Amino acid sequence: MKTFDYIRPASVQDAVAAASESGTAYLAAGTNLMDLMKGGVIRPDKLVDITRLPGLDRIEDLPDGDARVGALVRNADLAHDRNFSRRFPAVAEALLSGASAQLRNAATVGGNLLQRTRCAYFYDVASACNKRDPGTGCDARGGDSRLQAIMGWSEHCIATHPSDFCVPLVALDAIVEVAGKAGQREIPLEAFHRLPGDTPHRESVLEPGDLIVAVRLPADAARFAAHSRYLKVRERTSYAFAVVSAAAALRFEGPTIVEARVALGGVAMKPWRAREAEAVLTGEQAAISLFRRAAEAVLATAKPSGDNGFKIELARRVTVRALALAAAGTPARPPALPASPLAVSGVALHA
Amino acid sequence: MGFSTTLIVNGVTRTIDLDDPRVTLLDLLRERLQLTGTKKGCDRGQCGVCTVILDGRRVNSCLALAISHDGANVLTIEGVAQGNRLHPVQEAFLAHDGLQCGFCTPGQIMSAIGLIQEGQAGDDPERVREGMSGNLCRCAAYQGITQAVLAAQKTLSAVSRKDVA
Repeated sequence: MKTFDYIRPASVQDAVAAASESGTAYLAAGTNLMDLMKGGVIRPDKLVDITRLPGLDRIEDLPDGDARVGALVRNADLAHDRNFSRRFPAVAEALLSGASAQLRNAATVGGNLLQRTRCAYFYDVASACNKRDPGTGCDARGGDSRLQAIMGWSEHCIATHPSDFCVPLVALDAIVEVAGKAGQREIPLEAFHRLPGDTPHRESVLEPGDLIVAVRLPADAARFAAHSRYLKVRERTSYAFAVVSAAAALRFEGPTIVEARVALGGVAMKPWRAREAEAVLTGEQAAISLFRRAAEAVLATAKPSGDNGFKIELARRVTVRALALAAAGTPARPPALPASPLAVSGVALHA
Repeated sequence: MGFSTTLIVNGVTRTIDLDDPRVTLLDLLRERLQLTGTKKGCDRGQCGVCTVILDGRRVNSCLALAISHDGANVLTIEGVAQGNRLHPVQEAFLAHDGLQCGFCTPGQIMSAIGLIQEGQAGDDPERVREGMSGNLCRCAAYQGITQAVLAAQKTLSAVSRKDVA
């Protein structure tokens, strides 16, 4: 690991000023950053430790009903917060399906949003990677592309965003609160991550020095609580990133779906909000045939980026099944294997 | 540039002068404090052998930058037994053959102590397996590990009930 300067600012303002210089990285739990630095994938000159910044570790309901989660709240603490998980059960289920207990105990909310892709070519410093070293090319193209993107990719980058947490968040219209040089601003999560285009090294809309201070869920998002699920297909039962995942949230009046939220994970370099699917579902009665039409609508534009055509069919099935699980109702407690297709449920296993 | 870091390790206050900001909590324990019970496996947060309890939470010490945890309370495998009396989780790993070669065992035991404190798994073996999935065992002693965790949890909850009574 390259050596670095280390500073621990006392305020958000000081942190933003310190991190505005190039070559600087914020350090929170470091669960992704340390890994990347050990591998020489990123080589910051200076770490700005934000772990002692005051006021960023709270989970609160605001007077208007919005839930506000500080950037330094640990993934495990958010998932196990009774009030939060009751209001936003798909978010809790997604958090619990990610990483390991040790990592969830350390990793923060802000860090989860900003974690880097797990593309093997990004991690391997001997490979060409436009994300790691702009302009060098993309060895994933024509390489081992089985797990790469099927939506929103470009010739320059076919990586995916690895977060589970972000998938239900984007479905539920989460907002990211950011402190920057010009003060505080809000960015809808849907507009937060960038697709690769010809600048895959730019993964979010954040500018130098910008610091995530909180993530907010609007009060309205809690109306889906009775029918909200996250479903994640991975290559082993636990402690693995998504091959494909889906968050589904439905609101019923009688037998009719009056509002639907759908998002996909593991398919693109951002959590993929599936508005086309939502439009198909709204005003209809829950049925597998309807869910299939909704899945078709979102995947109509999907395209393999290599040997990963199977992910399109997989995403279709995961979407259908997530919708079926959501329609069946949120379980009183997350299953023993959160978000797992192997979890016992009353819903037909084969969508 | 020197960095003075103070940690409470297994109940003892230790002040360490770090000459390098890159030292992880794992390397600090092993190389500076000679507490080599905590093992280094992948050193990348994947295998769990470096698990310690940091400020009451089980974490991978290989990913924690020591300097960032100035003032923290750390419990390692060296701190769980009381003299010659093993911790109930250690006893359970012996009784249920929760190991073969033993290399991952300190991490397994620290993770199990954390899991039991977290209280999310109950007596459901599936939840125990899920909760322990961050600790790999290349000897695949998983059945024994799961049984040990369940048994230790039973012992510990009986002890705490007695404490209350």
